[in-house]
Amino acid sequence: MSISVQHISKSFKDIDALNDISFEVKKGELFGLIGPDGAGKTTLFRILTTLLIANEGSATVSGYDVVKDYKKIRNSVGYMPGKFSLYQDLTVEENLTFFATIFGTTIEENYDLIKEIYVQIEPFKNRRAKDLSGGMKQKLALSCALIHKPEVLFLDEPTTGVDPVSRKEFWEMLKRLQEKGITILVSTAYMDEAALCDRIALIQDGKILQIDTPEEIVSHYPKTIFDVKADNMYHLINALKDYEYQYSVYPFGEFVHYTDKRTGFDNGELKQYLENKGLKNIIIQKTVTTIEDTFMELAK
Amino acid sequence: MKNNNVIQVENLSKIFGDFKAVNNISFQVKQGEIFGFLGANGAGKTTAMKMLIGISKPSFGGASVAGFDVYKEAEKIKKNIGYMSQKFALYDDLTVKENITFFGGIYGLSRNRIKEKTNVLIDELNLEEVADQLVGSLPLGWKQKIAFSVALLHNPKVVFLDEPTGGVDPITRRQFWEMIYQTANNGTTVFVTTHYMDEAEYCDRVSIMVDGKIEALDSPKNLKTQFGVENMNDVFLKLARSPSPTLPEGKGETEDNE
Repeated sequence: MSISVQHISKSFKDIDALNDISFEVKKGELFGLIGPDGAGKTTLFRILTTLLIANEGSATVSGYDVVKDYKKIRNSVGYMPGKFSLYQDLTVEENLTFFATIFGTTIEENYDLIKEIYVQIEPFKNRRAKDLSGGMKQKLALSCALIHKPEVLFLDEPTTGVDPVSRKEFWEMLKRLQEKGITILVSTAYMDEAALCDRIALIQDGKILQIDTPEEIVSHYPKTIFDVKADNMYHLINALKDYEYQYSVYPFGEFVHYTDKRTGFDNGELKQYLENKGLKNIIIQKTVTTIEDTFMELAK
Repeated sequence: MKNNNVIQVENLSKIFGDFKAVNNISFQVKQGEIFGFLGANGAGKTTAMKMLIGISKPSFGGASVAGFDVYKEAEKIKKNIGYMSQKFALYDDLTVKENITFFGGIYGLSRNRIKEKTNVLIDELNLEEVADQLVGSLPLGWKQKIAFSVALLHNPKVVFLDEPTGGVDPITRRQFWEMIYQTANNGTTVFVTTHYMDEAEYCDRVSIMVDGKIEALDSPKNLKTQFGVENMNDVFLKLARSPSPTLPEGKGETEDNE
């Protein structure tokens, strides 16, 4: 096992940040920790990268205990914390050189690992980190986390606040890193990114709701979801919420995801109800369950 | 105001040295519209928004917000709009009630109005239990909802939301958007930037900025038809940037701006 977490709990004053967390990550796996702000993701990352000590439980990374063998872990993991981890006043090249030196290596030694990422920011190598855009900072931070060829990579919400194009590129880079044998534990609040992981753990309020492959998690969702659409989203949402048989009503882009309390119900009846409420151009059709649907149901 | 446009932008530009951060953009936003202002990181969105909310002067072109000119009446703009961003919304060291009182005062509300609004807000958001708690101790989702309500205390004609739902759990995100719908339904114009493409779908119209220019402006439905794709994420991917080396046949970025 690359990462092994056993019954980890951590509290701050009267907040239970983590509550009896256990899971394992196999070598070379791309494992996602999926949950919103405040779920405990960052706390867990800090414990696994030896920056914080848990109140209860134990954990190992690459076989080393996070408390007893913390020095060995610090040499062999890459960590990209949330927000910003670079030196703002140093240039791109200076940041990279700095991190390489700290880990006792050089940029040249492991250049082939970061090359694909670094070529995109190389034109700006003399620009200070603080003057880079969000997507560029992210690429630099990733390069710095990889410079010493770590066995395990911890990425804490690496795509928060980043546009969809950069996000997509970032995940493609992660897949290619995985092909090189690096184990990757990544956290995200973007549910669509969960689908890109080998396995995921859904986490909320310090507890794990479910761990499995994205496909399995979605297959466990108990109800059929319907895409519903009408000429006015706001009125549609209100009308559906007032419907006596509604179980859940959530806007999902251009449609509303609707589930009914009954098993098997008549679309026609619902359509009639909505028409009576003055809505037009009504569409009701079955749709595919997503991780986000499952998450919201588990978190209810 | 002569017409129904709450925001009117004509050939708006912002230039730093020889770099065109915002390059000749034009658009209008009607009253009660939910307008999505999208673009990749570095496309010029933030620079453009700063001009519209009266904290940065344009280099060329013009704009009016809530009927006030961005050059000559920037202070009036600030008084007549609401603003909420990810980076700053409320004071963590003040309680919920204190925050409302503070911002109410800044917006020039009378004491009685502030009291009234406080009660309504607390009631509508079910904050009775936490009204006297420090905002810093509340979950992010709650803060966002309170911040949004605070941005509306003075009944502005238009509210600017800068990535208001980043990191928030999916349920709260949707509750937030239901608040946006209700606000727009009441006649307030909502100008919102977001990186969640499903949220782009909730907008009446969406504009996408690329390298300082507006490259697309239409309803989500029309944009999807125009680009022959199923969702706004794919519209964005087609439009927002030429491919980089990590994607097949990449050409790479040659410019970078914030």
